[in-house]
Amino acid sequence: MMARVVHAIQCIGCPIGCGGEVTVEDGSVAEMTGFTCNKGQAYAAEEVVAPKRMVTTTVRVSGGGLPLLPVVSVTPVPKERIFHCLQLLRSVSVAAPVTEGEIIVSDALGLGVDFRAARDIPSIQ
Amino acid sequence: MREFSYDVVTIGGGPAGMAAALAAREAGAERVLILERDRELGGILQQCIHNGFGLRRFEEELTGPGYAHRYVDMVKATDIDVWLDTTVLAAEPGGIITSVSPHAGLTVVRAKSVVYAMGCRERTRGAIRTPGSRPAGVFTAGAAQRMVNMEGYLPGKEVVIVGSGDIGLIMARRMTFEGAKVKAVFEIMPYSNGLTRNIVQCLEDFGIPLYLGHSVTAIHGKDRVTGITVSQVNDKLEVIDGTAFDVACDCVLLSVGLIPENELGRAAGVALDPITSGARVDQFRQTSIPGFFAAGNVLHVHDLVDWVSEEAAIAGRSAARHACGELAPSGRERSVMAGEGLRTVVPQRLSDFEPGKMSVRFYFRAAKPMGASLLQFWADGALAFERKLRVVKPSEMIVADIPVRKIGDAATLEFRVVPAPEQVAAEEEIEEEA
Repeated sequence: MMARVVHAIQCIGCPIGCGGEVTVEDGSVAEMTGFTCNKGQAYAAEEVVAPKRMVTTTVRVSGGGLPLLPVVSVTPVPKERIFHCLQLLRSVSVAAPVTEGEIIVSDALGLGVDFRAARDIPSIQ
Repeated sequence: MREFSYDVVTIGGGPAGMAAALAAREAGAERVLILERDRELGGILQQCIHNGFGLRRFEEELTGPGYAHRYVDMVKATDIDVWLDTTVLAAEPGGIITSVSPHAGLTVVRAKSVVYAMGCRERTRGAIRTPGSRPAGVFTAGAAQRMVNMEGYLPGKEVVIVGSGDIGLIMARRMTFEGAKVKAVFEIMPYSNGLTRNIVQCLEDFGIPLYLGHSVTAIHGKDRVTGITVSQVNDKLEVIDGTAFDVACDCVLLSVGLIPENELGRAAGVALDPITSGARVDQFRQTSIPGFFAAGNVLHVHDLVDWVSEEAAIAGRSAARHACGELAPSGRERSVMAGEGLRTVVPQRLSDFEPGKMSVRFYFRAAKPMGASLLQFWADGALAFERKLRVVKPSEMIVADIPVRKIGDAATLEFRVVPAPEQVAAEEEIEEEA
């Protein structure tokens, strides 16, 4: 007998926030309703099998005007590994100057996800 | 005291101020100045390190600092002057701006046009009249955001969030990421004031409960907050007896709304809209004082920065035209009203149209959540235009372009949002044309 499960999914791709349903049959997506763009459909399909999230946090920075540098994952992180990534980033410290887009951690935890600087931090003096 | 003169001066160097200055320069204002009280440009975006900005404006998902950076780079590529660490004390009719800074002291700038772009501030505990003692540990969510994301302090470890505005939701996730336990979010209204995507990715992802229809009835603690008492409220927002319960915490974050920071406008005598708390503007974003324009959250609180940039560009262009003597005083002025189902509309009045203008864009906030609805435009009491809305949420702005030929010569203009009849709800779009 085929296992058929209907998931109610709320898209987080953009602020419009489409809601829809994804029907999964035997582990693969069989049917989808309610998502109004390709990105949303891709998100919904992934959300029912392997949910991922973009991760933003801060790392320490020395020699800049500010103590913290915001960083963002270049690609989404598997949801169950978010806290592992945060733990890794907590141990990271960089020195100013930092340029927006600079890779701060590459291939975090072997997940193939890089984290880059979200802003410039010039060095003081 | 030193004196300077400029064509266009924006007060504020956040997203609105930068976009207005750039548009003013592009539209032909020769000398443009941005006055910013912080140590850098970017405004509140610099502390909004989460992503989700710029999908409309840049067609990609940026962090707050990333979005700010795009504009900072654009400003740097021009000859627009930027004065940092500069606080404006007064901007008087006639365009006389008095400011003060640690390096330049007291300075007077004469501006042909002024753009208000001061943004907004958070409502505080006083604004929601929460009873109880006055311990440490109660912060607005935005203040906590700055502490956590820019200054490196964690304001507490066991957190309760009051109000479900976006900043509160974002901070629920942020505090969780930094190792704090976020116990719950309490919202007095029967619906959330945040974007749906933030409820999903900031609360549901981490199992943080959202209590709708709950009000804080006491804050406990002498030196440091030790907990709060919460009760359910009825549909009149009155506390229901016997529903009270306590939640222990060492930190309370308030996300209970934003108010335009309009002291300068008020002091100058600009006519204000009592609902938005911002200036009453026409489609050029000109206030009641000729040569004074307003854009961004100082005009009305926006949901997306992308709309702020767009609106500020209108204000900046108009400011340049005024400085160049091209923005003629309007022959007549017509009021635009937010009717049934709507709380606010911007612009609140219309001046004479520019020649060749095809449509006017209006921004609305709904009064309450609704399902499939119709946005209606009534001209002189007759229905002139309608557009289907899939869903209506007070947390999200409604944006609509109304063709100038539909507005025509009407003296009274009113917008309404009404439930869509079922056969209309099934159709995608009944709008005629843009």
